[in-house]
Amino acid sequence: MLTPSIQFAYLTRFGDTALILSQRLAEMCGKGPALEEDMALANTALDLLGQARLWLTYAGEIEAAGRDEDALAYLRGDREFHNLLLVEQPSSSYAHVLMRQFYFDVWHNLALARLESSTDPRIAEIAAKSRKETAYHLRRSSDLIVRLGDGTAESRARMASAADSLWPYTGEFFTADFVDSTMAEAGMAFDPHALRDDWLRFVRQVFEAATLHMPPLDAWMHKGGKQGLHTEHLSYLLAEMQVLHREHPGAAW
Amino acid sequence: MNDWPLWEVFIRSQHGLAHRHVGSLHAPDAGMAMNNARDVYTRRNEGTSIWVVRSSEIVASNPGDKDALFDPASSKVYRHPTFYPMPEEVKHI
Repeated sequence: MLTPSIQFAYLTRFGDTALILSQRLAEMCGKGPALEEDMALANTALDLLGQARLWLTYAGEIEAAGRDEDALAYLRGDREFHNLLLVEQPSSSYAHVLMRQFYFDVWHNLALARLESSTDPRIAEIAAKSRKETAYHLRRSSDLIVRLGDGTAESRARMASAADSLWPYTGEFFTADFVDSTMAEAGMAFDPHALRDDWLRFVRQVFEAATLHMPPLDAWMHKGGKQGLHTEHLSYLLAEMQVLHREHPGAAW
Repeated sequence: MNDWPLWEVFIRSQHGLAHRHVGSLHAPDAGMAMNNARDVYTRRNEGTSIWVVRSSEIVASNPGDKDALFDPASSKVYRHPTFYPMPEEVKHI
């Protein structure tokens, strides 16, 4: 049965995923390989931060426990974060940054397209607003995957390695749990598994243009992020993201 | 990145009729120049249309020719159409 706590859990999945990827990209600010790339990453980070604010604000309203977006972003521990494991993975190399973004952007566009027809008008509204931004994110990340995959021997090897190492974090896009299926039954959300074929088709098409091999479809996949069980990387990210607010509660410009 | 060629960026603003030069950027080809122009120059809702042009494709007048090219026009005030009352309805002149 649909309850506010299920709605809350579902909304924080989208809010936390956008927030954590935003933080990962913000870490790259000033370190991009070219000024133009640096600004593009920061733009994407800010788009995702804006989306996180919309989702978390709404989650706080549904929860009705007096927590606003800041309380949710800055005062929860890692077990209370429901982001996908993929987005908390570190930016080990620029290939990882781009591949993480590409895998995510393809899924994000498909997911938001489904949410645009949610029976919850607020969800539909946030999804429609977000998708205008994510459509550009996908255009950009797909373009760079092709350029660097079909680039030099060095860039190709790096992209292939990033594609393989991040692949086991993509299974979580498509596995439903009780929260997903309850939301889907209520017409507020979608069946995650239903996105898999479209996702694979898009990724394959871009990988073919990029001369990259598809990782094995039956590969073992990580799971747990949506339920609050994270990789070791999330705590470190949260420590940096939350330290100011925890040290100076309510700090403002 | 230092070998990426330079591109000049022109943006048509919300209300403007013509594209205006807004600056330049580096990009390996036209597609990326377009994406980079979007990211660098339209972050604050500046534009409705973008042109990018390879800087090397622009032919510029020589600064040394300034006198020969432009000075002769400065004393010919009758070439300025400022002696006619313009009707209110006529825009964009």
